[in-house]
Amino acid sequence: MNRITQKLQEDKKILSIYFSAGYPNLNDTVQIIQDLEKNGVDLIEIGLPFSDPLADGPTIQGSSTQALHNGMTTEILFNQLGNIRESVSIPLIIMGYFNPMLQYGVEAFCQKCAEIGIDGLIIPDLPVDVYAEKYKAIFEKYGLINVFLITPQTSDERIRFIDSVSNGFIYMVSSASVTGSQAGFGNTQETYFERIANLNLKNPQIVGFGISNKETFSQATKYAKGAIIGSAFIKHLSESGSGKIEEFIGGIR
Amino acid sequence: MNFNVDEKGYYGEFGGAYIPEMLYPNVEELRQKYLSIMDEPDFKAEFNQLLKDYVGRPSPLYFAKRLSEKYNTKVYLKREDLNHTGAHKVNNTIGQILLAKRLGKKRIIAETGAGQHGVATATVCALMGIECIVYMGEIDIARQAPNVARMKMLGAEVRPALSGSRTLKDATNEAIRDWINNPVDTHYIIGSAIGPHPYPDMVTRFQSIISEEIKWQLKEKEGRENPDYVVACIGGGSNAAGTYYHFLHEPEVGIIAVEAAGKGVDSGHSAATSKLGKVGVIHGCKTLLMQTVDGQITEPYSISAGLDYPGVGPMHAHLAQSGRGEFFSVTDDDAMNAGLQLTKLEGIIPAIESAHAFAVLDQKKFKPTDVVVISLSGRGDKDLDNYIDYFKL
Repeated sequence: MNRITQKLQEDKKILSIYFSAGYPNLNDTVQIIQDLEKNGVDLIEIGLPFSDPLADGPTIQGSSTQALHNGMTTEILFNQLGNIRESVSIPLIIMGYFNPMLQYGVEAFCQKCAEIGIDGLIIPDLPVDVYAEKYKAIFEKYGLINVFLITPQTSDERIRFIDSVSNGFIYMVSSASVTGSQAGFGNTQETYFERIANLNLKNPQIVGFGISNKETFSQATKYAKGAIIGSAFIKHLSESGSGKIEEFIGGIR
Repeated sequence: MNFNVDEKGYYGEFGGAYIPEMLYPNVEELRQKYLSIMDEPDFKAEFNQLLKDYVGRPSPLYFAKRLSEKYNTKVYLKREDLNHTGAHKVNNTIGQILLAKRLGKKRIIAETGAGQHGVATATVCALMGIECIVYMGEIDIARQAPNVARMKMLGAEVRPALSGSRTLKDATNEAIRDWINNPVDTHYIIGSAIGPHPYPDMVTRFQSIISEEIKWQLKEKEGRENPDYVVACIGGGSNAAGTYYHFLHEPEVGIIAVEAAGKGVDSGHSAATSKLGKVGVIHGCKTLLMQTVDGQITEPYSISAGLDYPGVGPMHAHLAQSGRGEFFSVTDDDAMNAGLQLTKLEGIIPAIESAHAFAVLDQKKFKPTDVVVISLSGRGDKDLDNYIDYFKL
């Protein structure tokens, strides 16, 4: 069974952490993954840096740009992760924009992910319709879970369609925003979280965007299966370096 | 072969809507409504009335006698430079502001490179009394001060794009991020024939007035609707799309596209996407794109800010790939000289973007009987500093 599916069956709220591969330093990737697992994180999203990350706010843009400056490439990331399954068993997702995957070759990319032991992908600018028509069969061939986003503006009808195409979890964007721009959750989010919970979807939902601390994590996971922290973790990395991950994760739950 | 958009939003393999889910409701609403709104009689009436009384259309089709003599062929200029705000851009912004009003939008955002589209957007927002925010790369703000001042005078807020290379590509990223953050009340007026479907088709339709007029104007002057060639410069490609539109399926009309070669196609400082690009995804569409082997988008270069874009509209990518369009690359030097020559022979100072199109006369030999229509997409007032620097005037 896919490690993501297995993890989602556990009776607990999932804490997922996003970071940009190759940030703060090119070769920090593996150490960060190992430290995150050691500190009890449930799922890791490894960001494949892109020059033009449309859905990201300044924090993730900055880490992505820095990672590219550090020399990160798709090939280097795959090399860094080559032996990752010798040291960790945590579910791993690669999150990145579509163009670098398209240049690598979608099938070659998926094949490489499967070889390494990557469990899933999140590709924000690959629309669900194009995926369903052109790429679903490839992902399935390599046992990869593809995760789609929904937002407060997504209609119930489309959420049900996305649910039908998904096979792991649904990435529930907390509010209409790019990453890293929310200070907290209010009634609007609460209503939205509740609305989605009441749809009784087959895939569990994990909330992302706007989760930065213990309070927002527990608000987000009141209705959802888990929550994803990205920008706040990257800020911590840039302020405290990659050596103090324990401190950050310990503050969340 | 079909050179228009198909029902799925593609031109051959190019186009589509590669957008994050956050943009889906807005783009889908546009996709569902743009054709029916554009087809409404009162929309057409308002659009046409503004094009006539406000923009000053039809723009003349001018027979360039001295230029024709020099190249021993018949050259006509489509005078988009005479439009209000000085370029073809306003045809599209008038159309999109009317559409935005019918969609109930209260706030307009736009990206701009040289500032022409920003000015055209700020203009129609002033006309309609709608809030306007224009994203512009920090570097472009510094080198296009007069247009920044125009936008501010027109009541627009000019927000600097501080990410990446701080030019047009990054201004577009910032505008898209703004739209993600403001999904309900905001319409994004994209200025070129780029972006997710239906933008390339919508922009092309608004600009197609250019070729619609060429047809009847040429009929009056030459007794035939179809020229032998239509020529236009291409950055994203909106003036070109409008100039070609009614000729795409007329096989006897040659379609000529002129890209900016910058300091030379292979110099590392170029924007000749059809030569240097590979299939990729930028700003929501699949098209030809300048990028590294790793799929990172690279920085284009051209002396002309309006052609300084790493991609090309999906319609043009298809014209290039299918061979329907003949693509030329023109260097900074050749474009500047062509601009000066047009000024001296015809008394018209062209925008440096448009000057690229004229340099084709030195690259391709036309027959004496050929009728060649060149899109003079913008006037050169905004480029005076560049001309002065370049020619030490």
